[in-house]
Amino acid sequence: MEVIKVSNLTKKFGNFTAVDHISFDVRRGEIFGFLGANGAGKTTAMQMLCGISKPTSGKGTVAGYDILRENEKIKRNIGYMSQKFSLYEDLKVWENIRLFGGIYGMTDHEINEKTDELLYRLKFEKERNTMVKSLPLGWKQKLAFSVAIFHTPQIVFLDEPTGGVDPAMRRQFWEMIYEASDQGITVFVTTHYMDEAEYCNRVSIMVDGRIDALDTPQNLKEIYQAQNMDEVFRKLARKATRIEN
Amino acid sequence: MKQFFSFVNKEFYHIFRDGRTMLILLGMPVVQILLFGFAINMEVQNICTVVFDPAQDVATREIAERMAVNPYFNMRGYVYSPDEVNSLLKQGKIDVAVIFEPNFNENLVHSKRAQIQIITDASNPNTGTISANYVTAIIGEYQKKMLQPGNIPCQIDVDSKLLYNPEMKSAYTFVPGIMGLVLMIICAIMTSISIVREKEHGTMEVLLASPLKSGTILISKTVPYLALSFINLITILLLSYFVLNVPIRGNLALLVSISILFIFLALSLGLFISTLVQTQVTAVLISGIGLMMPTLILSGMIFPIDNMPIPLQWVSSMVPARWYISAVKKVMIEGLGFMYVAKEVGVLAGMALLLIGTSVVKIKTRL
Repeated sequence: MEVIKVSNLTKKFGNFTAVDHISFDVRRGEIFGFLGANGAGKTTAMQMLCGISKPTSGKGTVAGYDILRENEKIKRNIGYMSQKFSLYEDLKVWENIRLFGGIYGMTDHEINEKTDELLYRLKFEKERNTMVKSLPLGWKQKLAFSVAIFHTPQIVFLDEPTGGVDPAMRRQFWEMIYEASDQGITVFVTTHYMDEAEYCNRVSIMVDGRIDALDTPQNLKEIYQAQNMDEVFRKLARKATRIEN
Repeated sequence: MKQFFSFVNKEFYHIFRDGRTMLILLGMPVVQILLFGFAINMEVQNICTVVFDPAQDVATREIAERMAVNPYFNMRGYVYSPDEVNSLLKQGKIDVAVIFEPNFNENLVHSKRAQIQIITDASNPNTGTISANYVTAIIGEYQKKMLQPGNIPCQIDVDSKLLYNPEMKSAYTFVPGIMGLVLMIICAIMTSISIVREKEHGTMEVLLASPLKSGTILISKTVPYLALSFINLITILLLSYFVLNVPIRGNLALLVSISILFIFLALSLGLFISTLVQTQVTAVLISGIGLMMPTLILSGMIFPIDNMPIPLQWVSSMVPARWYISAVKKVMIEGLGFMYVAKEVGVLAGMALLLIGTSVVKIKTRL
């Protein structure tokens, strides 16, 4: 059962081809790692899947909706966590949750009920009225992730969610990702940390706008005769000709 | 609708939780009105004057007397040599010196001709000319009195009337100007900053990936500032009416409607700026300096548009505040009705539509 299905997806900015005819499928409930060096085209590809950016050519569906024509419907069925911190620092914890619940059209009753549940699960009950800016970074990221899946989307897109977070917190963050995946939410995640790539069910590696490899971490290591994902990545990325930015 | 209210609510939190912004937003109009109203006064008053009078006769004494009782003059007394006049002027102690010729009255009676010299400090040309005119007017009055018995066969009486602002109060011209300036700056700077801030923080991406329509985002961004600007408008009107005694002669509803149209235009200008820039600093620079200078200089607030070279007049017609200030003057000070400001209203509405349209198109095709 594929929840994301794209073929020959391409995005050009003038003469520059940021994403070059990529095709892949993502299965429901899967944790899909989307790897690539800076400037390989990950973020652009992700923006096309989220309906923020229009593809130059190619076609595909996300959550069962066409990415060319039905991007408003796609947006209702996905969650998104941006590379930069995606909550409002000058709003309290509950206000952030309420805002995004409201934006995704949830009822007040639903929002209140789920807020209590979420704060309990994160052990954040005492922080309900804390301004987000005074939370530690790791907590902020956990909260941002919880907010991104607050409306139980089919797919959640995470753009380098653990940047700058300490290893212990990253571990906890990945536990949350597994929980979400157990609930049937498909997780589409980009990351720089190759140890994190090992946690994914399947990973794809983008080089110069193309997907050069796509398989389970185990298979990739066998194919490229590597000890770990880091080595796989370095073997592939060496081929890159594109200069960063 | 729920989406919209959640979003507007959030915007208000942003504003209320930022004390400094609140202070600027609500304090700026009050400070501006009071500063322009009281400190910047174009009336010439307290003219320090001395008289050099070698004649010391009936006529010279009466003229000096008339000046002494005039509220605009501050009579510093007599001096006894032309050198003294020079040195006082040089030291900046006096603004005007009135010098009579010897035998003034005798000449006046016998040869029907007498001379007075008025020396003014024209280092500020405006005050220089105005003080000289005041002195001339006083002498003219005296002359008129002398002619009263009807010695002259005919006489032209000039009765000049200053319409709309008989007391020549400068507040009458400044209040509409400040309304234009304050509303333009606050609306444009604040909306552009609030949108660009979301771009900088990365929250804009999250919003664009959410089911919120870009139009809804833009409108929800403007609503809080529309409300605040409305409060500012009321503050300015109350202050100018009760503190500066500027009348509101025309229809108040018309004045408020035109102001709302202008606020709307300024907000769309802020939106437009936010689609062009990526950082808050550039947003402040563009909306602050880029809008403040033309609004101050080319809107007719300080310098009359009719006196500008033709090319500058064209430029000034692209400054939105020019049309607003002109409309406010007509309605508020001159008490004219809608028919007289139809052109201004049309131009403002056209500009607003153009900007809103471009902003919506630009924000959509941005990625």
